[in-house]
Formats: sequence, C-alpha cells, structure tokens
Amino acid sequence: MSSSSLSTVRDAVAGGGGSTAAASRDSAGLSPAAYRLGVIAAVALLALAPLVVQSFTVTLLNYIGVYSLAALGLVLLTGIGGMVSFGQAAFVGVAAYATAWLTTRHAASPWLGLAFALVVTGLLALVLGALTLRLKGHFLSLGTLAWGLSISFLFGTVEGLGNFNGISQIPPVSLGPVLLAGTVPMFYLIWSVVALSLLLAANLLRSRMGRAMRVLRGGNILAESLGIDAFRIRLALFVIAALLAALSGWLEAHLSRYVSPTPYGAGPGIEYLMMAIIGGSGTLFGAVVGAAVIALLKNAVQDWFPVLFPGAPGQLQVVAFATLFILFLQRSRDGLVPALARFLPTVRRSVPPPAAPLARRAQPTRGEVLLSVDGVQRRFGGLVAVNGVSFDVRAGEIVALIGPNGAGKSTMFNLLTGALKVNRGRVIFAGEEISSLPQRAIARAGIARTFQHLKLRPHMTLLDNVLLGAHPRLEAGLVAGALTLRRDEEARARAEAMRLLERVGLGDRPFERAGNLPLGNQRVLEIARALAADPALLVLDEPAAGLRRQEKTALADLLRSLRAENLTVLLVEHDMEFVMGLCDRIVVMDFGSKIAEGRPEAIRNDARVQEAYLGGVV
Amino acid sequence: MDLDIATLLMVDGITTGAVYVLLAIGMVLIFTVTRVIFVPFGDIAVYAALTLSALEAKHAPGTAALVAAVAAVATLMEVTSLLRHGKARAVPRALAFYLALPLAVSGTVWAASGTDWPMPVRIALAIVAVLPLAPLLDRIVFRPVADASVLLLMIIAVALHFALAGIGLLCFGAEGVRTQPLTEAALTFGDVLVSGQTALIVVAAASFSLLLFLFFNHTLTGKALHATAVNRLGARLVAIRPERAGTIAYLIGSLLAAISGVLIAPVTTIFYDSGFLLGLFAFVGAIIGGLTNYPGTALGALLVGLLGSYASFFSSSFKEVIVFAALVPVLLWRSIATTHSEEEIEE
Repeated sequence: MSSSSLSTVRDAVAGGGGSTAAASRDSAGLSPAAYRLGVIAAVALLALAPLVVQSFTVTLLNYIGVYSLAALGLVLLTGIGGMVSFGQAAFVGVAAYATAWLTTRHAASPWLGLAFALVVTGLLALVLGALTLRLKGHFLSLGTLAWGLSISFLFGTVEGLGNFNGISQIPPVSLGPVLLAGTVPMFYLIWSVVALSLLLAANLLRSRMGRAMRVLRGGNILAESLGIDAFRIRLALFVIAALLAALSGWLEAHLSRYVSPTPYGAGPGIEYLMMAIIGGSGTLFGAVVGAAVIALLKNAVQDWFPVLFPGAPGQLQVVAFATLFILFLQRSRDGLVPALARFLPTVRRSVPPPAAPLARRAQPTRGEVLLSVDGVQRRFGGLVAVNGVSFDVRAGEIVALIGPNGAGKSTMFNLLTGALKVNRGRVIFAGEEISSLPQRAIARAGIARTFQHLKLRPHMTLLDNVLLGAHPRLEAGLVAGALTLRRDEEARARAEAMRLLERVGLGDRPFERAGNLPLGNQRVLEIARALAADPALLVLDEPAAGLRRQEKTALADLLRSLRAENLTVLLVEHDMEFVMGLCDRIVVMDFGSKIAEGRPEAIRNDARVQEAYLGGVV
Repeated sequence: MDLDIATLLMVDGITTGAVYVLLAIGMVLIFTVTRVIFVPFGDIAVYAALTLSALEAKHAPGTAALVAAVAAVATLMEVTSLLRHGKARAVPRALAFYLALPLAVSGTVWAASGTDWPMPVRIALAIVAVLPLAPLLDRIVFRPVADASVLLLMIIAVALHFALAGIGLLCFGAEGVRTQPLTEAALTFGDVLVSGQTALIVVAAASFSLLLFLFFNHTLTGKALHATAVNRLGARLVAIRPERAGTIAYLIGSLLAAISGVLIAPVTTIFYDSGFLLGLFAFVGAIIGGLTNYPGTALGALLVGLLGSYASFFSSSFKEVIVFAALVPVLLWRSIATTHSEEEIEE
C-alpha cells in the first residue's frame, strides 16, 4: 500500500467506528473536524481583537505573546522533560542583546538579528546543556540558577552592551516594504510566531521524538531500555526551549526597541517558571494561559495596589505577587489548564487503521546459541550478588531463571540488559560481546525487557506506551516530527502498536491512560511495548506476578505463540506452576551461584534445588 | 599580585568565608530535616543586621511588627487546622507557641527599642527578634505542602525570598546600613594585620560549628533531628514528630543566620535585598558539601569566600559571574560523585 492511499484510508476512518468492536468507548466528545473548527474560530477571534479592543489592551496582548514563547520553552523542558530551569530569562536576554547589538552597532536588518539571536542562543544552550544536563534533579535546577545569574550579571558588566543603561534605539522589524513599528502590526507578527510555535510543538510531541521526550520523566533506566539516548533527547529539548526563548527575546527587543539587564535576571527567570507552572506545565497551551495570568495579574497589582494601599511603596507589589504565587502552588500544583480541561469536551480519537507492517529484523535460526553468559560476576562492595554464573539460551527457547529470594536473579537480569556492569566474565549476544555496551545499545541489538516494578508512563495512552517500544525501529527526527514529514512511517508504527495491543488482549481501549489499568493488564502492556521493538530476545522480569489465574494462562499462551514465531524468551519467575508448564529449560540460582540447569522435570527432582527451596532434609 | 596582597585577600576571603560557613551549615540543617532548600536564608541574616542597626539608632525595628503579623497568620492557620481535625484540646498549646511566645519576643524588642542598651544586649535583642520568623514561615508556607517534591519546595522558597525582600524594604527602608564595629582591637600575626572583627568572625564560625557538632552527637534532640534527616518515616515510627524536628531545625538555622548577619553588618554595607546574594554564596558552599555533609559544607563555604575575594581583586564587577560560573563544575562533580536513586523524578 502506498503512502497516499494510506492517508486516504486514514481520513476515511477518521471519526468513524474504527476496526475494533469497542471503539465506542472513545466515541464521546468532539469529532476532530469540530475541534479543528473550534481552533480556527479561536484564531479568527484573536486576529480580530486589535480591531475591537483598545491599543493598551493590544500592547498587553503583545507582551503576553512574547512571554508565552519563553514559557512554552519551559513547558517543554519542565513539564514534558522534567528539567526545572531557572535560566530561561537568561536565554531570552542573550537573544535580545544579540539582536540589539547587531542591529544598532552594525545597522543590520532585524531579520539578520533574528538569525544571529537564534544561532547565538542555540549554541550557548548546546554548550551549557552538554555541561550541565548530566546533573540530576535539583542539582540541575541549581545549575541553571547559577549560569542564569552569571549570564544576567554579564549583561550589566560587559562594556560593549551598554552596562546598566542597556541598548536603545533598536530598529523595528520590517516585512518587505511594510514597517512593523506600531502595536497592531507587532501584534500580528508576535501571535503568528506564537501560533506557529504551538503548532510545531504539538506536532513534535505527537511524533516519535516527542514520545521519547515524554519518557524522560520516567527515569534514565526506562528510556535507555527502550533504546532511547536520554542525554541526547534532553539536550535537544534544552536547545528547543532556548530557541523558543530566543524568539521571545528577539520579539521583545524589537517590540520595546530597548534592552536593559533588569528583565533578564533571577527574578524574571522565576517569573517564566511561574507562568509554566500556573498554566499547567504539562500542557502546551498552559504556556499561553500562564503568561496571560501573570501579565494580567502584574497589571492588576500595578493598577489596584496604589488604590487599595495608598502610599505603600511599589516594592510591596512584589510581596503581593509572591504571596499569590505561593498560595497558588499550595492549592493547585497541576496548574490551570489541567483543572479547566475537565470541563471541556475531549476530542474523539479513532483507532489507527491497518497499514503496511514495519520492517522486521532477521531472527536467528532456531536452536543456535543466541545468548551466552560466561562466568559472570558482580559485586556490591563485599557482597557477591552474582558469582561466576554461566548458561546459554538458544534461539526459539523459553528459559526460566529461578531461585529463592536474594539468589541474584534480578542482578543477573540487570547485567544482561546493561542496567548494571559486570565485574568479571562476558555476556555474548548473537555472536557479539555486549557486557561493555551501554544499555541502549543492548536494547537496539535486540534484547527487549520488562520490569518487575513496572515502568510505564501512566499519563500516556496504551497506544503511545506501546509505540515507545518501536522507537529504535523508526527514523523520524525532530524536524520531521515537528513538520509531520514522516506520516507514512508513523501510520505504520501506529498500526503495528494497535496489532500488538490486540494481540495481548488490550485492543479494546487503545486511548485509555496506562495508569488506569489494573496491575495484570499493565504487565502485559509492558510485554506489548517490548514486542514493539521487534526483539530477538525477550527478557521478562516476573511477568506473572500479580496476575490472576486466567491472566496467567493467557500470558502462557501468548509466550508459546511467540515461541512458535521463533522468538526467544528468558524470564525470571516465582510461580512454579507457570514456569514448569511453560519453559523448555530452567536455570536455578542460589546465593549468587548457579546450582542447577535442565528440563523442568529434572529440576523438579534435583536434590540441590529442593534443598535451596525447602531447606535441608532434617 | 605580590605576597602581601595575596595574604590580605586570603584574610578577607576567610572572613567572608566564615560568615558563609554559618549560613551554609544552617541551610544544610534545614534541608536535611525538612527537604526545603531555604533560599530566603540570607534574608533572615539581613533582617538581623537591619534590626541591629535600627536598635542602634533607637528606632523600633520593623521586625517586631512583622513577627507579630506572621505569628497571627500562623496561629490562625494552626488553630483552624486543629479545629477542623477535632483537636480542640490542643488549641491552648498552639496559642502559647504560635501566638504568645512570638508576641512576647516582638513585644520585648519593641519595648526595648527606645533605650540605649550596651552593645551585647542590642545584639542579643536583634538575634532574638528574628528567631521566630523562619519557624512561623515554615508553618505558613511549607507545612501545607510538606509532601511536595524538593523542586516544588524550592520554587516556593524562591518566591518566599522575593516576598521577604519586599517586606524588608517596607520594614527597614532602602538605605544601606553598617552597624558599629564589635571590637576595635587588632591583632598581628607576623607581618599580617588582622582586625579584631575578622578574628571574631572566624572564632564565632568555628565555635558555633563545634557547638552544632556537639548538639547532634550528644543530645537527644540532636539525634532526633539527625534521625528525621535520614528517614522521616522511620523517625515517625520511633515517635519523633517531623514537624517538631522541622521547627527546631528552623530555629537553630535562624540562630546561625542571625549571628552571621550581626557579624557581617559591621564590615559590609547591608541593604534590604542583600540577602539573595549572601544566601546564594553560602548556598554554593552548601552544594560543594553535597547539601548533606557538614565538614564539606564548611570547607565549601570557605572556598567560596576565598574565590570571591580573589575574583573581586581581579575584576570586582565580575565577582558574581566568576563565583556562580564556578558552581557549574562543582555541581557536575557532585552529580557524578553522589549515587542517586533512580526514581527521583517519577510523577
């Protein structure tokens, strides 16, 4: 099927019933067409605003738009990527100063100033990000506070930038012969940029790279186990946030035609963070709402404060402002947009239509050694958790790794998947040594895993969670994602994810949030995600834990059918009935060493295994 | 730069470093017990300095009114929360601690402000005046969100700093102050002249660090605080109340902040908004210590003092830039050196 006919199929199905029986669950809410109409109406309303409202309101709207851009960067960085930055104002400032310097000192066109601002800010973000994005949690935020302050002090101290007086007489932007000097022309420029940025960001978040960004908050181990280079995604997100800040700074410089150090210090850096948090740092539109709330609030405080408290010094406005912000954070940590979204109709989503399958890897021939563990040892300080364990797994087998609690099974798993490094010995997968490879390289080599303590993205849909697994098989990059250039690939991936959901028995509600599923379903969802990577070896950590009897039977059936397709499975499990009935071979560990290996019947009758599980014969 | 200047800068750096040590240790104490990165810590120090200056000028310090106002809000919140949970019997106790005690403090300071007291009394008054602030603010601002992430608590702390700086302007005015020197004595070590003030700062920093060490290792309260810092749930299981431990941490922290404010006010001009940078410099020191380790923190704070001193010699306008830029490699090193639990940012 060609890509054009695919999109026709998709359009035909969009809004319709879809292929699965239970699609009616998602049929409540607006149709995509009605939603699109709503968005167009809102944009039209905004476009008409300058004709209706007073010029002061247009000025206010202009600043809301400028702030929205910087806040949008923070929403992506903080809300999506989980990195809290106090340094956004510094990036805005760098861009504003860059364009101000170029257009006043060298009389360059503001458009050249834009390019210069974007390049300078982007490069700075690249360097700062490469240096600091390995920091974790609050260390990262403190780092942003540190370099943010450093940069903002530079604005006031570097000679060529006008010190504390700043740079004035910045030329206005002109579009061909039209000079965008007044408030109204700038209104259209600013809000076009905002609308375009929102659109591109929304596209990006729905794409392959966007999904990878949304994984970051789940921790590095999850991202890397999916073959995602978490650091690179962080860096990309950081640079994107800085570029949005740069757009904001460029617009601000040519809007107010003047730059000075004050708007880019620590205070404004926190204000942008406030905007992102108040709007709802997980939602893109939250950036606009947050910017509007802060701008209006500031305005209101400025207007009303002297009336309510005549004679009070202006600095008290900051107190009022900070107090309101603290109250807000105490009452509503998720922000306004998520709180309001509950009252809005949801957009109906249609089940992905069938599409050509994604390319598959060549599976090894049945019976040849796929995984070879050779004398592997791992110490934690004085404790030897895994001590010289060796075993092989052959292609097309289901092998179980069992043992009493503390036997070292989970450590063994982490060594195989690269989450831990071996101290001694080798792990060979498909003929190549993988013991020194990073986790994501092992994942890309064809080992997909599930987790004993589930690592799903609770706020993403089942479909998106499964799509995460397909990350290494897809190619769409950042630009392709933002411009939706790879619709064909995406459609095929979605169809594949849908097939996998149906295969594991979750096909009736692809748009449910993963966090709403019961534990048993979450376990099979993880298996579907692992399968989406098209692995050669599936590594399952206690897949039957917490499953009911029928669910266990269904899981065993699923694993048998996968074996029939030549997939190899290695699993750790405590449920002996499940293991004995399913596995071809069993490896038994106790106190870090292998004590037995063989077919289920042989293991059941092995004296050492009985002793390990039941204690010595008295 | 010859050796004389280098020595001079070193003495200067150790002096400011010693002040940062007191502040940084207080920050670490509050962070470990309550998980709050208490950014407004420098503001508390500044409040103490400004209060001392007001007392010298025989003005009623704004701190007195501020403490009374904050106490009223805290009492209102505590009593409402007690009544709502049906604990009416605990109300008199709450009134005593949240209202009567702070009011007694601010009343005393207010009543004493017109008189020309000897310097030690003035200093004691200034320190006592700011002590109730941080524990009360903890009740109002942080306790309703005690279970929030470190990051959210930090964002709130930053907002609180802006509120406090604004209030500082209202209470004390925009003028910078410099209080009377604590001592006119001067000491010489070989060729190096060290002012008595400098010696006093260093001695005070060293002795209060030692006191804190003894407190943690040899008193039951100190051990309870330590236990809360290590594991809140575990502490609760052995009948330590984290809220109470938090209050004690804020009190001790405020004491350290107030002392450092009083020590630094005679050597540096203090403005209502000096707290931010003061706090941040101390904070850099605390981060060098990993926010958990007291000797490391003290060493880090000294290092920041020295760095700032030498940086301002080379280029005074780039002092802040240099100190904050130096934080980035430190953070990198800390981030690599500390092993984090993996799931720290799960929603």
